[in-house]
Amino acid sequence: MLPEAIAAMTEQLGQVGNASSLHAAGRHARRVVEESRESIAEALGARPSEVVFTSGGTEADNLAVKGLYWSRAPRRRLLLSSVEHHAALDPAQWLADRQGAELELLAVDEHGKLHPDTLRAAIERDPDSVAMVSVMWANNEVGTIQPVRVLAAIAHDHGIPFHTDAVQALGQVPVSFAASGADALTVSGHKIGGPMGVGALLLGRSMTPAPVLHGGGQERDVRSGTLDTPAIAGLAAAVQVAVRDQEEQREHLTKLRDELIERVRLAVPDVILNGDPADRLPGNAHFSFPGCEGDALLMLLDAKGVECSTGSACSAGVAQPSHVLLAMGADSLRARGSLRFTLGHTSTKDDIDRLVEVLPAVVERARRAGVS
Amino acid sequence: MGLRVLAAMSGGVDSAVAAARIAEQGHDVTGVHLALSANPQSHRTGARGCCTIEDSRDARRAADVIGIPFYIWDMAERFQRDVIEDFVAEYAAGRTPNPCLRCNEKIKFEAVLDRALALGFDAVATGHHARLADGVLSRSPDPAKDQSYVLGVLTREQLSHAMFPLGDSTKAEVREEAARRGLTVADKPDSHDICFIADGDTRGFLAKRLGTAQGEIRDEDGTVLGSHSGAYAYTVGQRKGLHLDRPSADGKPRYVLSIEPVSNTVTVGPRSSLEVTTITATRPVWNGPADRSGLTVQLRAHGEVYGCRIVDGGDSIVIELDAPAKGVAAGQAAVLYSGDTVIGSATIAGAS
Repeated sequence: MLPEAIAAMTEQLGQVGNASSLHAAGRHARRVVEESRESIAEALGARPSEVVFTSGGTEADNLAVKGLYWSRAPRRRLLLSSVEHHAALDPAQWLADRQGAELELLAVDEHGKLHPDTLRAAIERDPDSVAMVSVMWANNEVGTIQPVRVLAAIAHDHGIPFHTDAVQALGQVPVSFAASGADALTVSGHKIGGPMGVGALLLGRSMTPAPVLHGGGQERDVRSGTLDTPAIAGLAAAVQVAVRDQEEQREHLTKLRDELIERVRLAVPDVILNGDPADRLPGNAHFSFPGCEGDALLMLLDAKGVECSTGSACSAGVAQPSHVLLAMGADSLRARGSLRFTLGHTSTKDDIDRLVEVLPAVVERARRAGVS
Repeated sequence: MGLRVLAAMSGGVDSAVAAARIAEQGHDVTGVHLALSANPQSHRTGARGCCTIEDSRDARRAADVIGIPFYIWDMAERFQRDVIEDFVAEYAAGRTPNPCLRCNEKIKFEAVLDRALALGFDAVATGHHARLADGVLSRSPDPAKDQSYVLGVLTREQLSHAMFPLGDSTKAEVREEAARRGLTVADKPDSHDICFIADGDTRGFLAKRLGTAQGEIRDEDGTVLGSHSGAYAYTVGQRKGLHLDRPSADGKPRYVLSIEPVSNTVTVGPRSSLEVTTITATRPVWNGPADRSGLTVQLRAHGEVYGCRIVDGGDSIVIELDAPAKGVAAGQAAVLYSGDTVIGSATIAGAS
């Protein structure tokens, strides 16, 4: 966690008081919560009343997708890109399986990008039946950045609410709720060096999603539950730093990332770079290694002290080929032979030196083990 | 510098303690849980099954306590092909397979071992109860838990890359050690039966895959005594569940003597007809010392042991028992011991 977030959070941990209470301790907690809300709103181009605190990105995505779908009945169509995070994809799939929603997963190109024409065509087939549109700002696996402003404008041409999951984008690229035109936008604490278990849905004031959590009516009556004052203070501090340092981070990470890509290509000539070559998160490099099992690469690299990731971890434990890569047209073998390297504020050139030093032998060994 | 060891971790107490012991000995240990089912159930039901998501979490939890890296390897396709389909095909051919033995032979010490060696490991360790010293396999000191029988099919080459760290311990000692090490699986029940038949209904499992076909149950002299809906559902030596129309002349129970898959006929007879003294067996594997003094043979898991002589015919062997054995089923392994030491094994093809 960022020192600023730790400081902000620990300052509150010893305090008593429920931000919804009227007594002095409650007033103190409320002041911390509201100042955090104002600071997050200002940093992200939103109004304070548009910040709805949640327990993290997953809850914010659930509230946006399910809540907006329910509030827009009897409209049944849900339009999502086919590369969404499971936190958006799975609630939509659940609505389709259990509540009669018609889920349409919009095709992306080979870089994982959703073209505005694809969304426009899908909406125009029957604009009045579309409940909501959800397209992530930047992809968590391959790093591709979506043309969110253009996509939101297309949805608005037909009066359809537009949600974007900006969990990965925040701190890496400029994120402004107002400028994006989105009606709902998800952010999460731990992805920006804030605490785990806290996030927010930025929610346009005219939006009235049905609640996912019913109860005391905190947070505009759309999200109940006692507010976690220390976590919210930590989140606000992390958002401040993420936005303040974003441009500097972008420059630092892009330079490192481009060097990583170039040197990985030299070390393993047949490697395939996945994702958009230009419009991608500065800290993301995602590759397919032909003839290798991603899990084997990960294990061998981990043993050499290089930490990376295969697709998104699956709760069942058995790695499934990534739906993102499959949607980009990769076959299942290429999808399984993929690795993501994520660079952050602690990454250095030494990390890249270490990676390219061990990578050729690791790839050779993984190739010998083959793909089971 | 220790060896690089892959510890196969099922989520049970044995493999957890095995991994902990070799890590403590200074080897560089990586825990791997083998996912054997394409659609794992989320929770264990009873003592059956070994590949639920809960088991994989138990394995990961144990690896975290031991402090070793942990991965899950998807072996579902290989397991389906080499163990489950083989199991069904063997029953269809009138034989009685042992899938645990097959899994050791084809999955743990072939698919997993090959992959481990390719990835730079030196050995695969499991929580089996059997001794392995200088490449020689012998019985566990815990007779109730001894698993040397289901490992007896491994070749010398396979054994040379195997580690069984529980070889000198009883199950009670392993459980006690697990508790001492803070491994929460210490009191997890033992798994038994066939892991991929979660409800324990082998007959139903086979019927689903092989269908039903009416056939006759005959006496040794050919007299029809009843009918069945698939010969594969019977095992040599079986007494219960025959549902014969006529009692035997002497009023004594009858047993399955043989299964003939082509004519779909099950032959039954008195207990005395089950007795055999000569066993032919194929695919011999000689994995132990050449000394064959005090030779004995075990004909099924946790089965009795018989003194014997063998005639080695190269591709097959003939085993002459000192005393008659009953219920010897084709498809089971005959594992040969000199004292407690495994010297080899072969697959039973017939007996008379």
